[in-house]
Amino acid sequence: MSTVEPHSPTGLRLEDLAGSPTRNRTERLVHLALTGAAATSVLISVAIVAVLFRDAMGFVTSIRLGDLGDEIWNPRLGRFGVMSPILGTLWVTLVAVLVAGPIGLGAAIYLSEYAKPRVRRSVKPVVEVLASIPSVVVGYFAIRFIAPELVQRIFPGAPAKNLLVAGIAVGLLTIPLMTSVAEDALRAVPLNLREASYGLGAKKVTTVIRVVVPAAVSGLVAGLILSISRAIGETMVVFLAAGGVPTRPTSPLDGGTTVTAAMAAVATGTDNVAGASNTFQSAFFLGLILFAFTLTLNLVADRFVRRVRQKY
Amino acid sequence: MALVDSELTKDIVRARIEGNRSDSAGAVFKAALVSCLVIVLVALVALIVSVAPAGLEVFSSRGIMDFLLRPFSVRPEKAGVFQGTVGTVTSAVIVALISFPMGVAAAVYLEEYASDNWFTRIVNLVIRNLAGVPAIVYGLLGFALFVKGPFSGLTGGTTLLSTGLTLSILVLPIVVITSAEAIRAVPASLREGGYGVGATRWEVTRTLVLPNAMGGMLTGTILGLARALGEAAPLFFMGAKTSVFSGGNWGELRGDFTALPMIITDWATRPAAKWNGNTQAAILVTLAVVLGINTVGIVLRNRFDRKK
Repeated sequence: MSTVEPHSPTGLRLEDLAGSPTRNRTERLVHLALTGAAATSVLISVAIVAVLFRDAMGFVTSIRLGDLGDEIWNPRLGRFGVMSPILGTLWVTLVAVLVAGPIGLGAAIYLSEYAKPRVRRSVKPVVEVLASIPSVVVGYFAIRFIAPELVQRIFPGAPAKNLLVAGIAVGLLTIPLMTSVAEDALRAVPLNLREASYGLGAKKVTTVIRVVVPAAVSGLVAGLILSISRAIGETMVVFLAAGGVPTRPTSPLDGGTTVTAAMAAVATGTDNVAGASNTFQSAFFLGLILFAFTLTLNLVADRFVRRVRQKY
Repeated sequence: MALVDSELTKDIVRARIEGNRSDSAGAVFKAALVSCLVIVLVALVALIVSVAPAGLEVFSSRGIMDFLLRPFSVRPEKAGVFQGTVGTVTSAVIVALISFPMGVAAAVYLEEYASDNWFTRIVNLVIRNLAGVPAIVYGLLGFALFVKGPFSGLTGGTTLLSTGLTLSILVLPIVVITSAEAIRAVPASLREGGYGVGATRWEVTRTLVLPNAMGGMLTGTILGLARALGEAAPLFFMGAKTSVFSGGNWGELRGDFTALPMIITDWATRPAAKWNGNTQAAILVTLAVVLGINTVGIVLRNRFDRKK
């Protein structure tokens, strides 16, 4: 490009192309404000990590490390057996995934492969309504229905509140997440894979099981991992339905507690929110464990989701 | 003539291809899939049925307004959810006022302004992962920032303002993610038209991109809002009250407070014989608020979609 002549025949000068100074200033200010808003999210996560580490370290340095191997988690009595809530979390999560995995996947396969558009339009909102029910309501449902009508009928000797009851309810809460991620993954499988399968004479069931599901497997695994992460982080259901027993559970029929419910228990009672004691700081220690678990799972799930995107 | 009736030919060919076996494996598989959906449906019905009856009885014997307008009481027949409703609705307003503008601004930055550099990549990664952080961890963050920490002078400690700010942080990633999706769905030709007539980036965003993405952005915010309001876990760390306290009226941002999910949590753990009706009634109020907010979101979305 040649430079514009100061006295070009059109009368156009270089400054005329620079735009109005007011508009340029607005543009710069807006850019700055938007960058600030985006940076806030980074600040929030830095704050989360910093807060968790600071108080978790405060807690760890205030106790003898051997105390973490205790059989019982009851910070108010100076018992810091962290394996009790961790084992409780593992049991609840296992039950929840056994409930939400197959049911969520089955529902997703039906919605994506079998349901006619009209059926899909009327069934999908039902799953979405389940997703919008507050978890504390599901917790109430667990103690008033799942425990007496389901679990105690099958296992008459079980206590009213136990890890199995909590796990089933958490699973129920996790189904919509599993279903929506799995359905997205299945629908992302290109139509020509299915057509090729039908063209070779395969039945619908063969096509679904041998062609569509394997092609979507990354997304399905991602859905499963996200469900696990969601189940680990669920608080209210477990707080209400697991029993809050501070000992190490040996089976899902035991009453127990989880990492999340133990955190909530530390904070219940108005006197404790005052706390700078190491009882209160133990919640941050548990929070750090919880954060580490869920962050790892979310990062892994993210990998799987992106693998699906790259493939198709 | 060797011409065979065409209908007959079709039947014969179909029988040859399909064989005479019926597809039993396929039928079993389909039945299994349907039963998965049936389980979800039955669970939902059981949930509603087990939650509603005693609550409706409280409404009919005391009147809905009596239950809605009375504060906490030690006697179940006198106890109401007024303070909880105030807390939940007020924190909804705070969350909407903070997380919508902040979230939309961050989404506009990511979709319209950012180039693919290290800062953008970090923001993207951070937002995706913040969305997966358990709600109770946000409770710890809110406690350390707003109840005890650097902002406690502003918020006054265990108050509604702290709760609103904490829930805003909880909802922010959801708003950013859904808003970014809505912005991405605006066709590029629209932007190019704007730039073609000499508009600046902000002018294009303000007059073309945002109005077209408004429906999706509102839906995202409202879904996030519904999630935040049903969430009780962070409230443990915000010092939400579960026993009788004075105050909790409209506009009291810096006093004692409670919220609907916290009331449910507390009443659900009291002796069922006395408190079951109240617990169910509180659940019905909460469901009405949460589903009501969802409905507002859908109405708003439809209105914006129609304008397009």
